Amino acid sequence: MITTEPILKIESLHVQFSQQVVLRNVNLNIPRGQTLAIIGESGCGKTVLLKTIIGLIRPQQGSVMFDGRIVEQLSPKELAKQRLRFGFVFQNSALFDSMTVAQNILFPLRQHRIQSQQQHEQKMLSHLAEVGLPTSVLGKRPAELSGGMRKRVGLARALVMQPEVLLYDEPTTGLDPIVSDVINELMISTRDNYSVTSVIVTHDMKTARKVADRVVMLYPISRLDATESQIIFDGTPDEIEATTDRRVSQFVRGEAGDRLMETHQQHTIEEV
Amino acid sequence: MIMAAGSDYPLERQPSRGGMIRSFTESITDLGSFAIDAIVELGDIARFAWRTIVWIFTRLPRRDTMFASMYQIGVLSLPVIAITGTFIGMVLAVQSYYQFRAFGLETQLGGAINKSMFRELGPVLAATMLAGRVGGAMAAELGTMRVTEQIDALASMGTNPIQHLVVPRFLSCLLMIPSLTVMAVFMGVMGGFLYCTTILNIDYYHYWENAKKYAENWDLFYGVIKSVFFGATIGIVSCHRGFHCQPGAEGVGQAATKAFVLSFVVIIVIDLFLSILLDAIYQVIWPINPMSLMGG
Repeated sequence: MITTEPILKIESLHVQFSQQVVLRNVNLNIPRGQTLAIIGESGCGKTVLLKTIIGLIRPQQGSVMFDGRIVEQLSPKELAKQRLRFGFVFQNSALFDSMTVAQNILFPLRQHRIQSQQQHEQKMLSHLAEVGLPTSVLGKRPAELSGGMRKRVGLARALVMQPEVLLYDEPTTGLDPIVSDVINELMISTRDNYSVTSVIVTHDMKTARKVADRVVMLYPISRLDATESQIIFDGTPDEIEATTDRRVSQFVRGEAGDRLMETHQQHTIEEV
Repeated sequence: MIMAAGSDYPLERQPSRGGMIRSFTESITDLGSFAIDAIVELGDIARFAWRTIVWIFTRLPRRDTMFASMYQIGVLSLPVIAITGTFIGMVLAVQSYYQFRAFGLETQLGGAINKSMFRELGPVLAATMLAGRVGGAMAAELGTMRVTEQIDALASMGTNPIQHLVVPRFLSCLLMIPSLTVMAVFMGVMGGFLYCTTILNIDYYHYWENAKKYAENWDLFYGVIKSVFFGATIGIVSCHRGFHCQPGAEGVGQAATKAFVLSFVVIIVIDLFLSILLDAIYQVIWPINPMSLMGG
């Protein structure tokens, strides 16, 4: 259920690496229970935004406020505690290679010594069933699984701590259309079953349309004027289809447009 | 093309005074930039080491993680340390024999071989082998974890990556390297002894008597103390390189190479300072009587 009260409040966020500015003056409020899709072309700062939300990247300016507390001002201990309220599904799943699927799923529970061994196993089996994986995978290593299975194990691991916010980084990238749709359905069922707030970084418009309540589009700073906002669209999935902004509609339809010429020109300049 | 008189350079490429000054300033700038980078890197390693030490006192690693790490670092390194130790002892015998024989001092070889193995070759050899076998592997493993976002995943689950990944490896290096050093020393001593007594036909009684006279317990202690610092260096440098790995397969390869090279350089540098320091400590505890050197 979506409330008006924001669980995440991002204000004037500025992130840069060396001389390269990735996020500039980003402002975003995410209400509790909302499923937000952040779309945009590669390199526009979507993943950086996601990692800044959870405190993996420190912004140079601005702040991320989670449930009324500014993430950058938390002590390392408080930050670690706060991170337990988040679940993060990484782009390439980021499962621990040296561990089995079972050890991966149970890792947060064991690490933080939450619940007993028996409860651990019950929880693991229930989450495994939820993401549609058989128990036969429990003894396998991540390298023995397909991309789709790894994503599901990543989701089961993220769910095991019963997070309030789920962050998905490119959840359907590299998967075939059927497995992508399975992941989309899993994101919907997770939202419905746990009433979590979800932030999905994607450039898959099918995912954005199917799963999200709200879509935000980020644009690369290199293509913007100095005063322009980096968020060039903020609305519902229906509204994005009807937008008149050429940059947004070009992305939604997946059209290269004048970009092809730009790429040619760039290559020519580099060759010269 | 217009050539300058008496010169092989075309006129437009003649090095002018302004050009020379500019190239000189550029060299100074490069040198300064290199120095600043080195200082920043050193500071970063020091901070990394400090955070690791703080975590050791905050929360010890789980027993199963520690045992797995100690097995990887210590037990699996034993064969290679034993083989290289044995051969180093033998090589030392081969290299020293003719010099000692020239003065009729063949039976003193035991003292020379054992002292070298105890104080220098044992600890440095064990550290070098550990840096190559374990340091490179640790940097590559942690580098891969960095590149595939596994370190970010750990942090996102409220686990400190230094506490979970670095502390067990650092402690294992610290705890296992003294045993590996003792093993390298023992095998070197045995290798030298076997070569001298079986191939060079040196009388084993006199060999051991002289060995006992020149190589003391302090010498073994000296090597073991050094090895603890070497182990700490390998643990910190290798984990630091892995944590700061650049993206891609090339980045992982570079991290592994840099971990070995930097560990080795630091080991050699601190070896000098530790040798000076430990000798000074020895002088304070057991001052040498100058008269004893003159047979007085």
